[in-house]
Amino acid sequence: MSEAVETPARKEVRETLIVSRRVREFPDDAHTFERATSDGAYEIWKEVLRRADVQWIHDEVKASGLRGRGGANFPTAIKWESLPDNGLPRHLVINGDEGEPSTFKDRLLIEGDPHALIEGVCIEAYRIGSHRAFIYLRGEFALGADRIEQAVHDARAAGYVGSNILGSGFDVEIVVHRGAGAYICGEESALIESLEGKRGMPRIKPPLPIHVGLYSEPTVVNNVETVCTIPHILKMGGAQYANLGVNRSTGTRLAAISGHVNNPGVYELEFGMTLRDIIFGIAGGIRGDKQLKFFLPGGASFQWLIASDEHLDQVYDIDDISAKLGTTLGSGAIMVYDEDTDPLLVAWRLAKFYAHESCGKCTPCREGSGWLEKVLYRMSHGQGRPNDMDALLDISAGISPDVMKAPFTQTTICPLGPSPVSAIASLQKYFRAEVEAACAAGVPA
Amino acid sequence: MFTEANKKRAVEIVAQYPKAHSAILPLAHLAQDQDGWLSLDAMDEIADYCDTTAADVQGVCSFYTMYKRRPCGNFVVSVCTNVTCLVVGGPEVLEHLEHKYANDNDVFVEEVECLAACGNAPSMQVNYEYHEHLTPESAEQVVEDYKAGRLVARGVSGGAVHA
Amino acid sequence: MTTTEPQSTKTTVSVTIDGNTVEAIPGEMLIKVAQENGVYIPRFCWHERMKPVGMCRMCLVEVDGIRGLPPACTMPVAEGMVCHTETPAVKQAQDDILEFLLVNHPLDCPVCDRGGECPLQDTTLAFGPGESRFVEEKRHFEKPIPISNVVLLDRERCIQCARCTRFADEIAGDPLISFVDRGGHTQVLNHPNHPFASYFSGNVVQICPVGALTAKPYRFRARPWDLATVETSCTQCSVQCRGALQSSSNRLVRLLGIDSNAVNHGWLCDKGRYGFEYVHSDDRIREPLLNGAIASWPQALDAAADALRSARDLHGAESIGFIGGARGTNEDAYAWSRLAKGVLGTDNVDAQLGDGLPAELILGVERASIAECDSAAAIVLLAPDLKEALPVLHLRLRRAALDLRVPLIDFSCAPHGLSSEVTHALAAAPGEQGARAEQLVAAVNGASSDGVIAAAAATMKARAGTIVVVLGRANLAERSDATVQAVAALAQLPNVKFLSALRRGNVHGALEAGLAPGILPGRVTIEYRDAVAAKWSAIPEAPGLDTEAMLRAALEGKIKALVLIGADPIADFPDRALAEAAVRAVPTVIAIDGFHNESTQRAKVVLPATMFGEKSGTITNLEGRIQRVNQKVSPDGLAMDDWRIASELAFRLGHDFDLETVDEVTNELVSVAPALAGGSAQLFRSARDGVRIPVAQHHAEVQLRKGLGLTLDGPDGVSWEPIKVEAEITVESVPENGNTQDAFALLRWDGGSVRVDLPGRDAYALRLIGSVSLYDHGSAVSESPSLVGLRTVPKLLVAAADLQRLGVPNGTEVHVASANGAFNIVVQAIKGLQPGVAQLAAGSGNAANALIDAAAVVNDVRVETIR
Repeated sequence: MSEAVETPARKEVRETLIVSRRVREFPDDAHTFERATSDGAYEIWKEVLRRADVQWIHDEVKASGLRGRGGANFPTAIKWESLPDNGLPRHLVINGDEGEPSTFKDRLLIEGDPHALIEGVCIEAYRIGSHRAFIYLRGEFALGADRIEQAVHDARAAGYVGSNILGSGFDVEIVVHRGAGAYICGEESALIESLEGKRGMPRIKPPLPIHVGLYSEPTVVNNVETVCTIPHILKMGGAQYANLGVNRSTGTRLAAISGHVNNPGVYELEFGMTLRDIIFGIAGGIRGDKQLKFFLPGGASFQWLIASDEHLDQVYDIDDISAKLGTTLGSGAIMVYDEDTDPLLVAWRLAKFYAHESCGKCTPCREGSGWLEKVLYRMSHGQGRPNDMDALLDISAGISPDVMKAPFTQTTICPLGPSPVSAIASLQKYFRAEVEAACAAGVPA
Repeated sequence: MFTEANKKRAVEIVAQYPKAHSAILPLAHLAQDQDGWLSLDAMDEIADYCDTTAADVQGVCSFYTMYKRRPCGNFVVSVCTNVTCLVVGGPEVLEHLEHKYANDNDVFVEEVECLAACGNAPSMQVNYEYHEHLTPESAEQVVEDYKAGRLVARGVSGGAVHA
Repeated sequence: MTTTEPQSTKTTVSVTIDGNTVEAIPGEMLIKVAQENGVYIPRFCWHERMKPVGMCRMCLVEVDGIRGLPPACTMPVAEGMVCHTETPAVKQAQDDILEFLLVNHPLDCPVCDRGGECPLQDTTLAFGPGESRFVEEKRHFEKPIPISNVVLLDRERCIQCARCTRFADEIAGDPLISFVDRGGHTQVLNHPNHPFASYFSGNVVQICPVGALTAKPYRFRARPWDLATVETSCTQCSVQCRGALQSSSNRLVRLLGIDSNAVNHGWLCDKGRYGFEYVHSDDRIREPLLNGAIASWPQALDAAADALRSARDLHGAESIGFIGGARGTNEDAYAWSRLAKGVLGTDNVDAQLGDGLPAELILGVERASIAECDSAAAIVLLAPDLKEALPVLHLRLRRAALDLRVPLIDFSCAPHGLSSEVTHALAAAPGEQGARAEQLVAAVNGASSDGVIAAAAATMKARAGTIVVVLGRANLAERSDATVQAVAALAQLPNVKFLSALRRGNVHGALEAGLAPGILPGRVTIEYRDAVAAKWSAIPEAPGLDTEAMLRAALEGKIKALVLIGADPIADFPDRALAEAAVRAVPTVIAIDGFHNESTQRAKVVLPATMFGEKSGTITNLEGRIQRVNQKVSPDGLAMDDWRIASELAFRLGHDFDLETVDEVTNELVSVAPALAGGSAQLFRSARDGVRIPVAQHHAEVQLRKGLGLTLDGPDGVSWEPIKVEAEITVESVPENGNTQDAFALLRWDGGSVRVDLPGRDAYALRLIGSVSLYDHGSAVSESPSLVGLRTVPKLLVAAADLQRLGVPNGTEVHVASANGAFNIVVQAIKGLQPGVAQLAAGSGNAANALIDAAAVVNDVRVETIR
C-alpha cells in the first residue's frame, strides 16, 4: 500500500521562533508577570499608546500579510477594514475554544504566555476602538483560565488594562469566559451565541459577526495565535514579517504534530517547508521504524494525504496546498499514522467526534453525522456490508453534494456538517480497496 | 442554593457582561463547583440572576458536556480517545478506569473528545487538571492519588482550588 | 388595504423564479416571494409569522452566482436574482433532507394524530425519496410526556424545526420550552420544575409540522378526513380571533387559528382554542325551566312574557331591567334591544356589568384598529393586564413593541404581561390615572418637571403617526371615573385614537346594537330616534339605568322584572354584596343562559340559549370590526338562538318582529343603525376581514373573499402553515342601500366633566386593585375539562416592602378586610407592584368582589396576620 519514503536531509529544516519564543525560552515561568515583563511584554503596548496612531497598527499588520490562524486564513487587517461605522459599540472576542482533534497549539500560548495574549488584545482593541474584550476559552482549559485571569489581574494592577490606561484616556476591560464542552463553539458565530449565554449554535450568515455580532453589534473574532502575533509584527515591522514565508502565506505559524512520530509537539514553522521536512525533519519521522501510511495535514476536518512523493513534497503554503491537493492547513494540526493504522478506525472515530459535536441545528448534520457514525462503526468493527462504502458516499452527498470536491460544498449551515465527509472522501480516494476487503470479510464483532 | 460568598461572586460575574444572559455559563460553573453537579434548583437560581427562565438555562446548559445533570462524585475523570489518543493507548486507559471505578460513586469516568494534549498522548483530565503520557496503570495511580489527597483536585467544574 | 407591515417606500426588485420574472419587495425572503407567485418551496422550520432560522434545510434552492444550495427562507431577494427550485441538484437535496428527517422519525403514522394532515407525510409524498437506506437503530425516547396540562410531547416524532420553542420565546414571550441536549439527541423539553404553562400553548400544536406536539383535548378524537370545517370567530373575548371550527359526528373537536392580518396573525389563546368544550358540557341547560321544573318552550315563553307584561302594566316600563347580552351575536343583541326598548319601552338596559366604561365614551371616541398599533407613534396602556384580559391583543402589542419598536407608555402601577416592554412607566396609583394623564397632556403641550412624564411626552412627540390609547378598566376596585377623566385628558392629544379593551366577547357588538342606557342601535343616542321609528313601536324618552343603577333600584324595590341575558350579576358585578341583595330583591328574574349560575338560581323562568358553534350571525370586535360567526353543530337539547327567543317574547307581547332568518335580522339592524349604513348581511358574509364600523368610513378597506367556503384539505397539510383566506376584490364604494347621510348623527363623546376626589389613605391600609385573570370562574373555563384545571387559587399580591412594613410573612394566610367584607387569603410578595397597593383577582366570581364597594371611588383594605 504505502511506499517506503526516504527521509531527506535538509538543512533549512528548522523552527523560526517568534510568537512562541518566550514560552519556549522560559517554559517554567513565561506566564508570570515578572518574567513576561522582564522579557519585554507590554513594551509594544506602551509604544502604541505613546504613538496614539491607529493607522500605524493597521498599516503594519496589513503589510505583514497576517492571516487568521484559526483555520479560515482571513487577512486580519481586511477584517478590521470591514467594520461598519454605525455608531454601535464594537466588541473584540478572542477565540480560545481550541477543540479540533489533535490541535493543541493555542493551549501553549494560553497557558504559557498569557501576557502576550493580553498585550495583543489591548493593541487590537485599541485599533478597532473596542472597550470590552472577551477571551473565550474552552471550558476544559481550567489552568489556562487561571493563568489568564491572573495575568489580567496583574496587568490591571500595573495599569496596562482597565480605564485610562497609562493616562492615555483609553479604556479596555478584559473578561475571561470559559466555555463548557462544545467543539462547535470554535465556529465564530456559535462562539458568539455561547458568549451571549445561549446554546452554541451557528448563526445563518450573512450577516457576518463583523457587522452583526455579539449583542447584535459589530464584533471582531480572532484566534489566540493571531492576536499574540500582532505585538511581534509591530515590533519587527510588518514588512519584515512578510519577508518570512512564501507567497501569501507570510510569517510563521504554530503546527501541532501528533500521532506516530518520534517527536510530537508544537513547532513554530516558517511557511515554505515541505510536508516531508515537517514530518520527517521537524517531528523526527515515524516512530518504531514503521512506515508512514497517511496523515492529516490540517486538522480533522479536511481531506487526508498519503505517503506519496506528490503529497510529501507539497510545500507548507495555505493557498498552494489547497489548489494542488484539495486540502488545507486548517487549524495547524498534523496527525501522522503509521503502516499498522486502520484508516476505517480513524474515519469512524472522526465521524463519532462530529456526531457528538454536531449542534443539531440543521438537519443534514444532525441526522447525517449520526448515520455516518453508525455505518462506520459497523465497518470498522467487523460488521461491514459489501455496499457500505457506496452507502457512505450517498449519505455524504446529502451533506456535501460534491463529496470528493474540495473545498467542499455543503447543505448545512456551517462547515461542521461536511467535516466527516472529508474522511469518507479520503477513504474513497486512497483506501477503497482496503475498505472493501474489510467489509467483504464480514468478520462478526 | 449558592452560598453567601458565591451569591456575591455571582453578582460580580453578572456585572462583567453588558447583558446578564451572558452569565449563564460562568454561573453554571460556579454552581457545579459548589454542588458537584448542576441541579434543577441551581438552574432555577441561575435563571433569576440571568433574567431568564429555568427552561432556558436547562436548554443552554444541556448543550455543554461539562455540566453534569446528576451527581457524579468528587472526581470527574475525562479520558480522551480521539484520533491521536486512539492510536497510542487512549481506549485502553478508558477501559481500565471504567472497569476499575464502575462501582465507585466518588469517581465518574467519562470518554471525552480531544483535550488538546495530543503531544503527550494518551491523556486525561481529573476535574480538568491535565495528566498526560498515561498507561492504564499510571492513570489509575493518578486517580488514587486524588482519592487519597496526595493530589489536590479542582472543583468538579474545573474551578480553582480553594485554599 | 389592511396591510399592517410598515409601508416600504422603496421600489420593487425583479426576481426570476423558475424562468418567471416577478416583482418583489427588496429584502423579502425568497421562499415567501416564490409562494406569493405560485411556487411552493417545501419547508418545515420556516413560518411566515416568525423569524427565519434556516434550520431544516428543506427549502434549499439554486441561485445563480451563489455557490452551493442556499436556503430560500434566509435568502433575501435582490434585483436581478435568478433562482431555480426544480433543478436536479435541488430535487436531490430535497430527497436527501427528507431521508435524513425520516432516519429517526418513527413510522407510527397510523396511530398519530397528525396522520392524514401531516406535513412530513405530505412533503415526503410530494418531494421525497421512495425508500430509505437507513438500516440502523432509530433514536428512542419515552413516548408522549405531558409538558403542560394541555400539551403532550412525543420526542421521537420531533424533527427539531424549533417552531414551538421559537413561538414560545419570540411570539408568546413564555420561553418555558427549549431545546435540550444536542446533535442527534436534541429534544424539546420544559424544565421539570416548570410546566409549559403558557396561555398560548395550543399554538405550538397547530404549527408543529409532525405529530410531536398534540393537544390533550383533541388526541385520538378524530381523523382529519372525518372533520367538517367552518370559518368563524372566537367569542371568548372581544379580540374575536378568526378560527376554523371543526366537528366530527356533531361534536366540536378543534378550533384552529386562521391567519387574519387584521386581527390575530393566526394565533389563538388557549382559552379560545379549548374553551369550546363547554358547549358539550353535561351541565348545559337543555330544556326551558319554569319555577325550577322542566317546561315546554310555549309554557316558559308564556310565563316570561306574562311577567314582563304585568310588570310594565302595573309598574311602568322602567320597572323592567335587562342586564347582559354581551356574549351573543349582533343579531341577538339587536333583538334584545328591540324587545326592551322598542317593545317594552324600558331603557334600563346594559350589556356591561359594572366592569366596563360608559357606553357613550366607548362609542363616542375616535377608534383605532389593532393594526394601527403596528405603526403607531406610541401606544398608551390605560388598560388591565392584556395578557389576562385580551391575550391575542397582548401578542400583537408585544410584537409592535419588540419587533416594530413602537414605544409603550404605561399607566399601570402593577406588573403585567407587557411590563418588560414598557418604555415609560407612569405608575398611576388607583384613582390617579386622570391626574397623571392631565400631567402627560400638559407635558406634550408644554413641559414637565416630572422626569418620567417629560420623557414620555418627548417620546410621543418624537415619532410621527397615531397615538393609540388602549382603553379599559385596569382596576375593578375603583369607579371608572379616574379612567374617564384620563380619557378626557388624552383625547386632547393630537392624532390620538382609542382601542377599546373591554373584554367580554361581543360587548362592542351589544353596545353598537343599543344594549346600553341612552343608546340606540348604530352609535346614536335615544334622541336620534328617527332611524328606528319605522320598525320600533316604543322608544324610551329618557336615558335609563346602567347595571349598577338597576341593582340599586332593585334594592329599593323599583325593579319588578329583571331579564338576565347570559349574565350572572352576582358573580360578575364587582360589588358582590350589592349584586346579591339586588337580585334577591327582584320579584321576577328571567334568565337566558347555557348554564346555571348563582343568578339563574333566582330565576322564575330559565330559557336555554344556543352557544358558540351552534349559531350563526355577526359579531363586532374591540376595534369595531364586524365579522361572521358560523354554526357548525346542531344545538344541544332544545336550546334556541337568543334572537328567536326575543322575537317569541315580542310576539307574545303583541309585536311581530317578522324576522325569519339571521340575515333578515342583520339587514334590519343595518337599516336602523346609522353606523352600519352601507353594510348588509351579504357584505358581512363576503368581506374577508369583516367590515369596520362606521361602515361608510371604512368601505375602502373591505376586501371580498374568494369563495365563501374554507378549504383546509390542500396538499400542504392543514393547519401548520398560516391558514389564509384569499381575497380578490377591494370594494371601492358602498352600495347605496343605507342611510349613509346620517353619519353626522354618530355619537361624539364630549369628554364629560368627571373629576376624581381621592379620599385619604391611612398608613396601614393598602389601596386595592381588582385585576382580571384569563382562567376565571366563568363557564368557559369551569365547564371545559381541559381548562378547569388551569385555574389557580388567587393570592393577595403585595409589594415586598409593604409586607415587611406590616410585619406579614410572605406566603402566609392573612386576614384581609375592607369596609364591605373580609376573608382569609394567602399573601404573596411580587416584584414591580407599587408599594401601598394590593392586587387581587376580581370580577367573574373572584374573591375581591366581596371586598369591593361599587360606590367607592377607590377601595382600601387592611391586611393582618391571623393570630
